[in-house]
Amino acid sequence: MSLYFTKEHEWIRVEGDTATVGISEHAQHALGDIVFAEAPAPGRQLKKGEEAAVVESVKAASDVYSPVSGEVVENNQAIADEPALINTDPEGEGWFFKLRLSNQAEVEGLMDESSYREWSSKL
Amino acid sequence: MAEADTPTLTLPLDRWHRAHGGRMVPFAGYHMPVQYEGIIAEHLWTREHAGLFDVSHMGQLMLTGTGVADALETLLPGDIKGLQPGRIRYSLLLNEAGGIIDDLMVTNVSQGADEAFYMVVNGATKHGDIESLSGRLPSSVSLKHLTDRALLALQGPRACEVIDLLFPGVTEELSFMQGTSREWNGVAVGFGRSGYTGEDGFELSILNSHAERLADSLVEDERVKPIGLGARDSLRLEAGLPLYGHDLDEQTTPVMADLGFAISKRRRTEGGFAGAERILAERETGPVSKRVGFTVDGRQPVREGGRVLDSEGNEVGRVTSGGFSPSLQKPIGMGYVAAALSEPGTRLTLEQRGKLFMAEVAPTPFVPHRYHRKKG
Repeated sequence: MSLYFTKEHEWIRVEGDTATVGISEHAQHALGDIVFAEAPAPGRQLKKGEEAAVVESVKAASDVYSPVSGEVVENNQAIADEPALINTDPEGEGWFFKLRLSNQAEVEGLMDESSYREWSSKL
Repeated sequence: MAEADTPTLTLPLDRWHRAHGGRMVPFAGYHMPVQYEGIIAEHLWTREHAGLFDVSHMGQLMLTGTGVADALETLLPGDIKGLQPGRIRYSLLLNEAGGIIDDLMVTNVSQGADEAFYMVVNGATKHGDIESLSGRLPSSVSLKHLTDRALLALQGPRACEVIDLLFPGVTEELSFMQGTSREWNGVAVGFGRSGYTGEDGFELSILNSHAERLADSLVEDERVKPIGLGARDSLRLEAGLPLYGHDLDEQTTPVMADLGFAISKRRRTEGGFAGAERILAERETGPVSKRVGFTVDGRQPVREGGRVLDSEGNEVGRVTSGGFSPSLQKPIGMGYVAAALSEPGTRLTLEQRGKLFMAEVAPTPFVPHRYHRKKG
């Protein structure tokens, strides 16, 4: 199991050929109180970098991009029912969706956890 | 309209906000706190206790000179001549076509025969307002921009108790839309019982040099927490109050903006203010489009720039403010719609980023005002 991050502040936890995607602690802090989240429906084919989900704070709407390509296999109903979960546990219970990777090699271009934490702490 | 090369300025309480954990953002040309602990918590705190807002970015103006009330009536549609000393009125600075240059609060602070009016205007528009006022008022009127003063607002159901402890007598003296002043630590503090949240509350004008001391004295009370711009916006939206530059602009008339109450009764018959002909005619015939409040089905807010569509997909209006209401736990907003769609209960179709939303015209305020009005 490996955890990676994007420069757009998504995280992706890869286990075999499936992965779980969400937004980072840094992202939730920057957004502030989250009041709405919409994750992609199972079956949807996502390309790397494509707009996959929407997250809205009190102040503004933001897109969540898919860190890699693949097919959505599950989305998290809990964040639709209780968007604040993304604030309280962004890298755990506040996950957005799971997908089946279509190109394992795409993971190679992502940041590992320590690089991301170091980079994002300087923003 | 701020030029890109204009540096962002700091306000007297800049250091104070940072020390209290304020997240600073550029707004109206200044570094200002958008939030401290979080917008929703701050919003709800203000509705239940008392919130302290720094609104020192706003323009504080003093207009003096013989005939200043008469002169102001040529630019504002309110009854300024009938405004008694110590009374505050919400009014609009109009252009010659009847469009709104700014919305503002004006207080009669005349002492005896010396006429004086204190005006609070929006931060982002203050320099334009000053230019417009100086250019259009007669030379007998003197206009002073009180740049040496900060402005704090204490808002919420407990604000009255807090002010009463620090400034005995003030809360008893003032009802909603009344002003007074007190001496405090050797300087004058101006009070107005008004605000921008829909709650009872006070605005306090004080010299920059004493602003930090006043802010400290206020937050020392456990009923008071500092509140950022984010909650200020969600509170005023719930209160149905328009925000200049978003819900009001120079193309908007008071009638379109549903601010007909700001055109005082005497002025409706007499006219004599900028754009009066158009505005009074529009009052008779009704505006083509009108500002309304709306609620959105579901949980996703429709924000400024969202389009209002008719059943054929034609644009029949625009969203000018929108967000999530922390008190009501649902998306609310305001915008302009064709007059035929402006009745509360009318179903609307909204479009934002290619997605359609169902909404309904709602009476405003969304959350009832709780101003302190004296009985009788």
